[in-house]
Amino acid sequence: MPTPSASEPGVGIIFPSGMLGAGFTAESIKRGIAMGATAIAIDGGSTDSGPYYLGAGVAKTAAAAVERDLQILLAAACENRIPLIVGSCGTSGTDAGVDWVAGIAARIAARDRLSFRMARIYSELDADTVIAAIDEGRVHGLPPLGELSPDTVRACTHIVALMGHDPIAAALEAGAQVVLAGRATDTSMVAAVALMRGMPAGPTWHAAKTVECGGQCTTNPAAGGVFVRIDTEGFTVIPLSPDAACTPSSVAAHMLYENADPFRLLEPTGTLDTSAATYSALDERTVRVEGSRFELSRFPTAKLEGARLAGHETISIVGIRDPHILASLDVWLGYLRSVLEDRVRSTLDLDPRHYELALHCYGADAVLGPLEDAAGPPREIGLLFKVRAPRQETATAIAKIANPLLLHLPLPGMDHLPSFAFATSPAEIERGPSYEFALNHVLELERGTDLFRIDLGEVTGA
Amino acid sequence: MPDRTLSLGELADQVRSKNAGPFWITLDVFFKTVSDYQRAIISGVVSQQAIAELYRVNPAAVRYFEIPGILAVKISFPRPVTAGSFEDRDLHAGQQHVPLAGLRIPPV
Repeated sequence: MPTPSASEPGVGIIFPSGMLGAGFTAESIKRGIAMGATAIAIDGGSTDSGPYYLGAGVAKTAAAAVERDLQILLAAACENRIPLIVGSCGTSGTDAGVDWVAGIAARIAARDRLSFRMARIYSELDADTVIAAIDEGRVHGLPPLGELSPDTVRACTHIVALMGHDPIAAALEAGAQVVLAGRATDTSMVAAVALMRGMPAGPTWHAAKTVECGGQCTTNPAAGGVFVRIDTEGFTVIPLSPDAACTPSSVAAHMLYENADPFRLLEPTGTLDTSAATYSALDERTVRVEGSRFELSRFPTAKLEGARLAGHETISIVGIRDPHILASLDVWLGYLRSVLEDRVRSTLDLDPRHYELALHCYGADAVLGPLEDAAGPPREIGLLFKVRAPRQETATAIAKIANPLLLHLPLPGMDHLPSFAFATSPAEIERGPSYEFALNHVLELERGTDLFRIDLGEVTGA
Repeated sequence: MPDRTLSLGELADQVRSKNAGPFWITLDVFFKTVSDYQRAIISGVVSQQAIAELYRVNPAAVRYFEIPGILAVKISFPRPVTAGSFEDRDLHAGQQHVPLAGLRIPPV
């Protein structure tokens, strides 16, 4: 039974779940320690939940959920004297996100009497730094975006650079046991540990990509995280839960997950190439991968992420069940838009180019929009009425002007006023600031640690 | 004559969609057997051109991959609207596989 053990060569790492705060069991961490883990790595963020978290600089995860997970991981790291690395702290990896997780870690340390050396790695950039890099010709667009203009940079409320393994390895080499990183690539935490312990780049980066979503590379992603052992020839991956399995297909398929190219993955220091990788089952639950390659780029790069404030939103939700309206829904929606535009013009003196309107009909085509090809009228719809304007007051005023139309607007030629079904009172729901991703660019660096600031300190539990 | 075609969703083990970063969408199709995989490939129904028409995007921007080692086909293209922007209807692009799954695949 080739279950990994502490005596095997290579670097063993626990990746407990896809996201700090998503939850895992303390038992799963114990199993990973027994398999011979010499580090714990976990991701704390992503851009996947949209631009709000970067734009506003707040976390998607609940503080209580982060505290619950971090408590288990800090206890395991301290008890076994192994490093714990958290990437993309606070969802978007802003400086405030790093400090938010650091504050939670300090509270846990005081309560549970834990002491450790902790590094915070900040990755937020100010606009001037990015604009200077543009002027030096060091910023390049990634498809589908083109060149970056200084105006776009200045419009961003927060800009972060994605660190690779270098800043994390520097923090570990400086003696940090706990590393709280700002925005970092999903793979950087695992890669930092393996590369600084001399493992080759091909197996390291492929292993890091394989485990970056925890159990997503297993047959039962809900069952928890994974353990990976990286050595000089390849890597071996096994789920932490006995209720899950890694199979050659489940592991190979993970290269496809949230990645545009199934064989190549761009990292700050080069490109992972898995086209020659082989996947074999060591037993029913353990997979061995060999043959992964990594092409070093001429110089390191850091991908930039930025979100700009695009206005303020107000929404209303109204249900329509009347079959007469539903039989001519497109006509009704067009009529709604034109009547509303006239009323906004006459009451607020605003032209449609000064605000944005979206009418998404849940139950009809809200999800696919013009790609929807289902025939026939829907049984009912929930109309999500969205308006965005530069100021919140304007967006809400437009929604209030829309209110009597969303309540009573007939079809053209109808001889009575229908009434529709609002979901809430008041109908208008202010959504606050609305952000959009504005950057998809890379910045050339001289060294992988450039731009990133490491703040090292002792956390001493009372 | 009976319809001997199958939808891609019926033929495949799984058809899924997801963001690949906020600016790209990626579609994965996994097959259970070599013959199912080959039926889909040989049909030529899933092509850059077909995807461009189905999703109303520029065919030159569509990336298409066949991965016989794991009996999978992968397609990626730039998102027509950026994830989470005002007009976006599917933040994680998690439901955008449905048009692809509806393509009809003829018998070999």
